[in-house]
Amino acid sequence: MSESPLKDPQPAGNAAETEGEPRPGHIRKPIGWSMIVIGVLVAVSAGLVYLRDGIDGVTSILTHDLKLFGGILPRVLAGCLLGAFIAELLPHDKVSRSLGPKSGLKGLLIGTAFGVIIPGGPFTAYPVASALLSVGADFGATIAMVVSWTLIGYGRAVAWELPIMGTDFTLWRIVISLPLPILAGAFGRFVYVRIYRKGVP
Amino acid sequence: MSTALIIDVFLWSSVAVVGLIALRRGRTVLAVSMREGSMDFINIVPRVALGVIGSGYIAAVIPQEIITGWLGPNSGWAGVLTAVIAGAATPGGPVVGFSIGAVAMKAGGGMPQIIAYVVAWALFAFQRLLLYEIPFMPARFVWFRAAVSLPIPFLAAAIAMMIGKP
Repeated sequence: MSESPLKDPQPAGNAAETEGEPRPGHIRKPIGWSMIVIGVLVAVSAGLVYLRDGIDGVTSILTHDLKLFGGILPRVLAGCLLGAFIAELLPHDKVSRSLGPKSGLKGLLIGTAFGVIIPGGPFTAYPVASALLSVGADFGATIAMVVSWTLIGYGRAVAWELPIMGTDFTLWRIVISLPLPILAGAFGRFVYVRIYRKGVP
Repeated sequence: MSTALIIDVFLWSSVAVVGLIALRRGRTVLAVSMREGSMDFINIVPRVALGVIGSGYIAAVIPQEIITGWLGPNSGWAGVLTAVIAGAATPGGPVVGFSIGAVAMKAGGGMPQIIAYVVAWALFAFQRLLLYEIPFMPARFVWFRAAVSLPIPFLAAAIAMMIGKP
């Protein structure tokens, strides 16, 4: 495997996080600038709610969201454990064979299926996708996986979409989304070999 | 709530199965995986807390009538385009996009536009990209993924227009 495509355009900071670590992609910094931005956004919003609805509005939203948070917390733990186990146990040679650049439609289908069955939220899907990428899956199959997790994975659909949007909408949207991960993966592969032609055998 | 229970059972069963496989590879493999998983959990909890608890407030102050106005039933492809932009600009978290979508639905918004909005939010919400995808994955992949996903919400809207709502 050549390392050249990684080195070319990147500023120095990014290279370190993809190389050197055996298991890339684990969050080790719980607070970052993006969290601060969002925290400020939340604080301002809570202030606006207070001005509009008084303290009752603030507390009713808080209790509702705390209940949601308590419900999802065990799921987050399960997702994190699952991600760690999968990253540890992945059969590396098989992954590169069945999800590599030459895996064809089958690779895209496997990636899509992977995205569908992966339980948990972004804290599961992205580490696993990152692990797949590092053990030989190509961009196309990984895109199929991420998009399929995003659009037809059952985790978010069951936990959030179903109660908020209703069963009819959720099922209808998922049916519409079924072909999209494969299309995105195929499109990604098509573009990838034309942009990064040198890196692909 | 029974569906959620089934999902929970399935989720924890998967954890147990891969845990058993890890144990058969040796106690060290199991211990290392569990430590890594627990560390990830501890580190991710503040993000989840902020996302879940905070998004209720953001959703409460977002000018929903403006967004739902954009998603009107007669807005056509221009409505789909604004839906995609609005979806990407909506904060991530697990709830906000669905909440606005639900309001738009109750207000009689166009279904292809609402589909495009929800799909674009799922794919591109800037908060999720920043909070989760970039820290976990190579940045080059994230931008590439986002770029080739651009046609997807439009495709979804087109399919929705073709098949109609059952």
